[in-house]
Amino acid sequence: MFVAPSMVLMLLFIALPLGSVFVQSFHATQPVYEVVQEQACTPGFLATNCVTETRSRPRRDAAGVPVTTTAFIGLDAYRALLQPEAVARAFNVGGDGVAGLLSIDFYAALRFTLTFTLVTLPLVIGLGLLLALAIDSLAARYRGPLIFVSLLPFIITPVIGALSIRWLFVGDGVLTGVIRAITGSRLSMFAQGWTIELLMLTYRVWHATPFAFVVFYAGLQTVERDTLEAAIVDGASRLQRLRCVVIPHLVPLITFVALIHLMDSYRVFEEIIGFSSQAYRISLQYLTYSLLNPDQTGNRAITRASASSMLTMIGIVVLLVPVVVRTWRAQRGGR
Amino acid sequence: MARARGASLAAARRQPPALRLLVGIGVALWAVVATFPLAWTALMSFRVPVDALSSRPLDVLLGPASRAAGAGLSAIDMLAGVAAMVALALLPGWLGARAASRLAPAGLVRIGWILAVLTYALLAGAVLLVALPAAAAALDRLLAPVWLLGHLAEPIVGITLEHYRAVWIEHAFYRNFENSILITLGTVAVSLTVGTLAGYGLARAGGKLSFWLLIAALVFRALPHSVLVTGYVPFFLASRDLLAPFWSAPGLGAFLHMFSAGPPTLYGQPLAVVVVLVSINQPFTIWMMRSFFDNIPRELDEAAQVDGCSHFGAFWRVIMPVMWPGVVTTGLFAFLLAYNDYLVTSLLLDAQSQTMVPAITQFLNRDTRASDQIEAIAAAVSITAPLFLLVMAFQRQIVSGLTQGAVKG
Repeated sequence: MFVAPSMVLMLLFIALPLGSVFVQSFHATQPVYEVVQEQACTPGFLATNCVTETRSRPRRDAAGVPVTTTAFIGLDAYRALLQPEAVARAFNVGGDGVAGLLSIDFYAALRFTLTFTLVTLPLVIGLGLLLALAIDSLAARYRGPLIFVSLLPFIITPVIGALSIRWLFVGDGVLTGVIRAITGSRLSMFAQGWTIELLMLTYRVWHATPFAFVVFYAGLQTVERDTLEAAIVDGASRLQRLRCVVIPHLVPLITFVALIHLMDSYRVFEEIIGFSSQAYRISLQYLTYSLLNPDQTGNRAITRASASSMLTMIGIVVLLVPVVVRTWRAQRGGR
Repeated sequence: MARARGASLAAARRQPPALRLLVGIGVALWAVVATFPLAWTALMSFRVPVDALSSRPLDVLLGPASRAAGAGLSAIDMLAGVAAMVALALLPGWLGARAASRLAPAGLVRIGWILAVLTYALLAGAVLLVALPAAAAALDRLLAPVWLLGHLAEPIVGITLEHYRAVWIEHAFYRNFENSILITLGTVAVSLTVGTLAGYGLARAGGKLSFWLLIAALVFRALPHSVLVTGYVPFFLASRDLLAPFWSAPGLGAFLHMFSAGPPTLYGQPLAVVVVLVSINQPFTIWMMRSFFDNIPRELDEAAQVDGCSHFGAFWRVIMPVMWPGVVTTGLFAFLLAYNDYLVTSLLLDAQSQTMVPAITQFLNRDTRASDQIEAIAAAVSITAPLFLLVMAFQRQIVSGLTQGAVKG
């Protein structure tokens, strides 16, 4: 009874849209064209010149609204995204291999999203762990302010967080000078793909580390003191205590943070807006977003957006299944 | 013996000096990295473009061109500012409880607290925006002719508020602010109402259904938002036609006609976006609420029911009063989701009903004058300020929310 409103909401606004995206991805809606014979006459000397020509034009109903039909198009939308022929061409003799593959939007987005997810994951967990251990070892009066400061990158609006880092590097920003001093060249951070990608990775690590830190920090508060003291009595060194007592205690939390981080960083999108990187790097969510936005003629590519959504979803399932299965086995084994 | 053992344990736990130095440096470095981008952005927003975009960091820091162009802050102004901030920060500790009990009408302590907080907000606004600048200016004028002290009254740091004025007044950013507030508060209110009920139901029901619902919630949590929005966009655009059958249906149609003459176009409707954001946030809300409710012993509602409360009465009168920390925490995360959203609002709202975060791109894309960049920066700082206050006020709740799912799950 209590659960009903929530279940209705989730069915109506999560399950139903999902179903409709699935259906949409196989159907295309197009205006109906009709072929008409038109006689166009221009006044001329002695007689009017009349030309009869056949033209196709969108059919309109009584109210003047173009009539549309929706037709089943099978896998056409997926084919338009995945472009199997172009892929085959890229890997055939004379093709340019991986570079050719990455010139197709979908594969470029997939490549970036996966790199982004898998590179930031270990960095976020490692830095979060180090930070938790470091701040946990400090005196209590330093911890409160440090936690406050650490929460700021996490809590900030992602687009704005990305912008705030961009403004440090763009044009004559403060850190542009620092980079110039280090590399000795006038390297513009926004003129080529890899530097933008580096900035995006940096931003995400900056943004997500506080979450890992707070979770690990809370976990450190519940490490059993008895076990730790026993380890000290047994003469375990600091590193041994860390490896054999503290880390095993944190393993469930590490899995949890990894799971959440996989979900969140697979959704990478705001960085693209914040760093305006769409000319160089796009992600899967951005691909769908750009297809959903009206193009110059005001049309939204709903069908292709649906197909790209479905592919995005398949991707996250593939990514998460190993983690979930492993957790499942570990829990079963533990019982 | 025991004491000797304690001492040796303490000695083993104490870090060697080299390690302590390393920890200190590392933590200090992190504190700088965590705050620097935000602090620097805030600094740039108060400088005229020549200073803000200067290649010399010192120009951004001190703003010589901003000082030359108009007002600057003297050492005395800054001292007065710091003093006012400290006084405002300490005030609730000194007077908060007394003010709340004084303001409470006939024993309603909670209302007393709300009134006290509102009074404090008004007071802080008045002090920072009116009293402080006036007092500091008066002090400067008073001290300027005095020998030696006069130097303290000279402006040293340039400051300008022109970009904020341009953003909020000329470009009517307050409209976006209103939309943001409407959507954020709507999302928080609906999310909490629905989520609290569901979380309670799940925590008490147990069994197969609740297990599968939670699994579903976890799966939905993983869904990229763009997937859902793809489902909404065509429906929102064509909702006038798609919903028409409901309005012409017998019975139901008459009921719906009481609200509007015809079916609405949902595209560009903030309230429709509220429903979308609530649904997107629902899995997370349920998950968190359930773990908070799990901490409340079952005996509590059983006792209430024995005393003659209905099932819902037990929930409302007995469980809710102890649930406030959980509600506040979950509400905070709903707030963050709605306030920070870009993807959903930018696709489902039009220019008139746009919220602050997507609206910022309009400043970025304009970029014809030097001040356009700085206006974008001022808009960004304006969006961040409420979040900053939020962390100050609710640090404890945010931390408990982050750890709640993890430590239990």
